Amino acid sequence: MSARRGGALMRLRGMVRKESLQILRDPSSIAIAFVMPVVLLLLFGYGVSLDARHIPLAMVIERPDANSASFAAAFQQSEYFSPRRFDSIQDAEQALRERQVDGIVWLRGDFSRRLLAAGDAPVGVILNGVDANQARIASGYIQGAWQRWLQTYMAAQGRELTLPVGMEQRVWFNPALRSRNFLVPGLVAVIMTLIGALLTALVVAREWERGTMEALMVTPIRIGELLLGKLLPYFALGMGGMLLSVAMARWQFGVPLNGSFWLLLAASTLFMLVALGMGLLISTVARNQFVAGQIAILVTFLPAFILSGFIFDIGSMPAPIQLITHVVPARYFVAILQTLFLAGDVWPVVLGNAAALLLLLLIFFAVLGRKARKRLE
Amino acid sequence: MVNAGLPAALTCQGLGKTFASGNRVIQALDGIDLTVAPGRITGLIGPDGAGKTTLMRLAAGLLRADAGELRVLDLDVSREPLAVQSAIGYMPQRFGLYEDLSVQENLDLYADLQGVLAAERRGRYAELLHMVGLARFTARLAGRLSGGMKQKLGLACTLVRPPRLLLLDEPTVGVDPVSRRELWAIVQRLVREEGVSVLLSTAYLDEAERCDEVILLHQGRLLGQGTPASFSEPLAGRCYLVNAPAISKRRLQMRLAALPAVADAIIQGESVRVVARAAGPLNLSSLDAGPADVEIRPVAPNFEDAFIIRLQGEHDVTTGESPPPPMAATMANDDAAVIRVDRVQRRFGEFYAVKDVSFEVRRGEIFGLLGANGAGKSTTFRMLCGLLPASGGRLEVAGHDLRRAAARARGRIGYMAQRFSLYGNLTVAQNLRFFASAYGLTGQRWRERIRWALDGFDLARHADMASGDLPLGYKQRLAMAAALMHEPDILFLDEPTSGVDPLARREFWHRINLLAEQGVTVLVTTHFMDEANYCDRLVIMADGEVLAQGTPAATKARFRDAERPDPTMEDAFIALIEQRAQTAGEPA
Repeated sequence: MSARRGGALMRLRGMVRKESLQILRDPSSIAIAFVMPVVLLLLFGYGVSLDARHIPLAMVIERPDANSASFAAAFQQSEYFSPRRFDSIQDAEQALRERQVDGIVWLRGDFSRRLLAAGDAPVGVILNGVDANQARIASGYIQGAWQRWLQTYMAAQGRELTLPVGMEQRVWFNPALRSRNFLVPGLVAVIMTLIGALLTALVVAREWERGTMEALMVTPIRIGELLLGKLLPYFALGMGGMLLSVAMARWQFGVPLNGSFWLLLAASTLFMLVALGMGLLISTVARNQFVAGQIAILVTFLPAFILSGFIFDIGSMPAPIQLITHVVPARYFVAILQTLFLAGDVWPVVLGNAAALLLLLLIFFAVLGRKARKRLE
Repeated sequence: MVNAGLPAALTCQGLGKTFASGNRVIQALDGIDLTVAPGRITGLIGPDGAGKTTLMRLAAGLLRADAGELRVLDLDVSREPLAVQSAIGYMPQRFGLYEDLSVQENLDLYADLQGVLAAERRGRYAELLHMVGLARFTARLAGRLSGGMKQKLGLACTLVRPPRLLLLDEPTVGVDPVSRRELWAIVQRLVREEGVSVLLSTAYLDEAERCDEVILLHQGRLLGQGTPASFSEPLAGRCYLVNAPAISKRRLQMRLAALPAVADAIIQGESVRVVARAAGPLNLSSLDAGPADVEIRPVAPNFEDAFIIRLQGEHDVTTGESPPPPMAATMANDDAAVIRVDRVQRRFGEFYAVKDVSFEVRRGEIFGLLGANGAGKSTTFRMLCGLLPASGGRLEVAGHDLRRAAARARGRIGYMAQRFSLYGNLTVAQNLRFFASAYGLTGQRWRERIRWALDGFDLARHADMASGDLPLGYKQRLAMAAALMHEPDILFLDEPTSGVDPLARREFWHRINLLAEQGVTVLVTTHFMDEANYCDRLVIMADGEVLAQGTPAATKARFRDAERPDPTMEDAFIALIEQRAQTAGEPA
């Protein structure tokens, strides 16, 4: 028996190699790390759009003439609407009830007369308010379309349009107002949470379930080496998922990356560590895969989805919920992501949020250091 | 080889450990004082809940003791767990093999974790792989090894760096007899050639005999320590083998067990082994067995006799008393086959779990399916219960073809699954009520059968206890009672005694005997070879195939030769496996 033996590096190498082999051979790890991101990206990039396009509208023109035809044509040509003609308001209302259209634009019989006489052209609008967000957007678009038409009309007549107050709008950072441009970057945070927290919690729980943890713990490995051995391969996997998502965002969905890629990489590294920390923390509590999965989804994935500002604006949440979002790491990362992609290297935003992430990281690992023990109880 | 000069492998003084489970506090170990000698095999023996695994885990530094002192290889475990872990090898009950890694990758992992230097690896690997017979399988995924091979690989991983103390927690449970024999040979060689100290826990009492020293634990307390012979010697002159050709050995065993002069009676081979309450000639005059033909032979006591007698003093073991009240329907013993299995196959993807299995079971028989884990016993069972469709062949139960009338066949059978399948958070009474209703009993019958189960299985005292908190033996009784609620004429028992200690096993077979006496057909799977002697007939299975079929006596007789004039079922099983390996050209 020789007294010489390999040290921490050898043990760590063993753990990392084992984890990597397991990842490569386990279809479910690959699915969570690579298939799931692609599916989510495709779903959110193509399927979910918060923009209103081709809103089905009922167009009721009580007395067709040149003016009303020109007005209708303005809607026809807009990519925001797909209008259908109805002869009576009753039919249009019926269509609205049956959800064939989302709104009605109603030109009464006196449309042309009032246009010529007073220079205003009152239009009746009825909207389906079930989806309030969609209704608000539709209302804005209809109003915009109406104003633009009126302007063109007045200009053609050589008259000045007199509105009480004029508003000059300019949209910064996402001029085309494509919701995809802020959804896709935010999604990177969700995907990394999935890999970092859910996957890590699951694989550690699997070791408990299969009894491999007991055999590991009785070897001379230190708890820190064990955790690091778990962390490194999943860190690589998570960063892989991140790069895949960024590449898809850039080239598949044409989301501009205005900020620095290296800054993005640095911020992602920080967030990845936070996500892994959450996963490992969960694994100290949950010793079977079902419980680990449930906890991970409940405390990491869902908050990253709902409370991070990825879809729902944090500013419009009730105050107590806003308070809760402060402990959701994804919240800070989503802010960084959206800034880096759309606005560029805005240092105050990036640094402020990165500081918050660093604080959470320190807290998680401090708790982990206290809780993780090479013991079965 | 005894290394007298070396310090003890393990010592403990006043060692105590409690666990909190819900509101209850379980005293897993209570004031244990013992010393494990170096360079020997020390067996840790005791029924379920004795504290064997807890002691192992404490020694491995995986748990922290509440009281007392524990030193392993002269190191204080609670202060220097890492130093201890660097010097010992520990193989837990479910060894942590990574099934998605190959044999070689598993070895590499443990070599890395144990810090075995690269230069030393090649030699050690070759030595270990040769020793456990896995040299040809280094590229195979661990998950695709047989149960016995997995266990041997686990042992190899534990030994990848030669440990000074080897802790083995029930290393042979569920392992086929061939692998069991090989595992023991490996352990004995380690002690002989490398001077390793071994602490090994086991539920097989015959293995206690092979230990240099035995530690007997019961409910967290130390009952005794010494050589196996020191336990059995006091029983000298009290052990006999009894034969009575006029009646069946099961009936003989039951009658003997009921005699006041008899402390213990079990079926051993074709005889009944009896331990008398006192030394002196055994008086069987009250035995109602056609007295002319009772043959009594004195035999040397063994460790199992001593174990049972010792534990009988601790709590009452029912082997003769409290028979369950008779089932209402007592069926005639005739020769009609009630179960027919004809060339049945079951495929899972490419893998045949069961191939071309055929047998018939007659009414009122106890029929055994014998084999190691993974032999296809449970799969056959699930098909017979209509829980799993066969991929080919024909299955008939109580005259119903399972392909067409699985539900009707199921009404005639009772099934006790391998794992406790009752509701752990319901009380005993609630479980019984539920199962009675599930079997469609109502009104008066419903009440009667629940009463029957509570009284007959001695469960009334525990009626309001959550069944998950019951001791294992009681869980077993409850599961059996539930399976008998609807008075089935056929009872399927899947590994009913797996993980059950020798005491509970005795009681369990006692109940099965009583049922068979009443004409219930019992089909039972087991990997305990000695239990096969309770069966009227049996099949021996390996890798999904039937290797032999017949009565226990005939099966054993096939392998009688000069070397083994009186082969045991285990001898027969091993011979069968070896025969098969020779024809197939692959080691078992």
